[in-house]
Amino acid sequence: MPTVGFTRALGRFLAAPFLTVEAATVREAFGAVFGSRSTLRGYILDDQGALRRHIAVYVNGQPVRDRVGLSDPVGPSDEIYVFQALSGG
Amino acid sequence: MSDRLHVATRKGLFELERRNGAWDVVDAQFLGDPISAVLADGEVVYAALDLGHFGAKLWRRDGDGRWNELPAPSFPPQPEDGSDDPHPWSLGKIWVIEPGGVAGRLWAGTMPGGLFRSDDGGESWSLNEPLWRMPDRRKWVGVAGGEQPGIGSVLVDPRNPQDIRIGVSTAGVWATTDTGASWRLINRGMYAEYLPPELREDPISQDVHRLSRCAARPEVMWCQHHNGVFRSEDAGANWREVSAIRPAKFGFAVAAHPHDPDTAWFVPAIKDERRIPVDGKVVVARTRDAGRSFEVLTRGLPQRHAYDLVWRHALDVDGSGERLAFGSTSGGLWISENGGDSWIMPEARLPPIAAVRFASR
Repeated sequence: MPTVGFTRALGRFLAAPFLTVEAATVREAFGAVFGSRSTLRGYILDDQGALRRHIAVYVNGQPVRDRVGLSDPVGPSDEIYVFQALSGG
Repeated sequence: MSDRLHVATRKGLFELERRNGAWDVVDAQFLGDPISAVLADGEVVYAALDLGHFGAKLWRRDGDGRWNELPAPSFPPQPEDGSDDPHPWSLGKIWVIEPGGVAGRLWAGTMPGGLFRSDDGGESWSLNEPLWRMPDRRKWVGVAGGEQPGIGSVLVDPRNPQDIRIGVSTAGVWATTDTGASWRLINRGMYAEYLPPELREDPISQDVHRLSRCAARPEVMWCQHHNGVFRSEDAGANWREVSAIRPAKFGFAVAAHPHDPDTAWFVPAIKDERRIPVDGKVVVARTRDAGRSFEVLTRGLPQRHAYDLVWRHALDVDGSGERLAFGSTSGGLWISENGGDSWIMPEARLPPIAAVRFASR
């Protein structure tokens, strides 16, 4: 089953554990993680369910292509990693 | 009189307390995070965070001193046929939080122009749909060109919590008398000389930087507009320009005296293209005669090479009308205990300041 991990930067605000989930797409994986973690969902996705503009999601080291629908496929041994895109200030 | 001041900055929320006649920073929270709005209601404090990566968040400090995250206001699913909406159906930032005049009720004005209501002290929020779904809302335009439109002022009538005025950058002044079930664009008399002639006096084209009303005479309102200062004596319907403002008519912030409808404070700046204090001097302009004349207050304020700009929510007056505070984009913070006659600067070099707010009691 694919794993979902989050940047440790989130730890300042809330718990964001590494989890193993049943999923065939990034959206399904997020659905499994955020189902009982609605606050965490709001840190990663906007109100319409798309990736926040300054959030990056990689699958096995490659950025996801579909930042709105999150339809990128994931396989049983894939690793999804969520982190912040760089910005200044 | 309030002995407690909250300061929302680009890098955290700071709390100052008056002890033995001096104001000191006694607490710093969310260090490193942008705070876009703060409301202190007695021991309860609300702080809106504007996290660059993770979005707009809302936290509350309860009487026990602990901070807890609350659900942030959230927009409903965008309809399939709504793709021509010029503004996103997603919370940009919380720009202002105001008490609703009823136990537990709060209003949050946001970018991209959604007004949200809570009836349980911020535990849950609902979008005011009549305002958001109104066709004219699509005519609202963003702040500073590229940004989203924002509700920067929410004025609840202290006599009647159903009666509310909001100020929008950029969409004029809107009114409801039924707690938001219906809304009307009400402002007449404002004008914007920088607009094309056909839009100069168009009510929805008026950039209302900030509204403030006299708590004891709520029909008296002041507006710091992009194009100058205006005053209304009928709760925001008719406005007349206050041309006596000096040293400049541009600015963002205004504070109305809570008891005296003829008194208000402003922090003017060279307008628009430059947005710096006139002659590098930080000053506060005070009128005590309904805008017929102004005093330029300078005692305790930097008068040489000071380039502080004061944003919409960064000037506040306490319930007595004697204590004022304002904070600047350069992190300057000044407090007055005599209605602005003189100012002191607490011992702190703060990040850029978005908002200052006295605790309400």
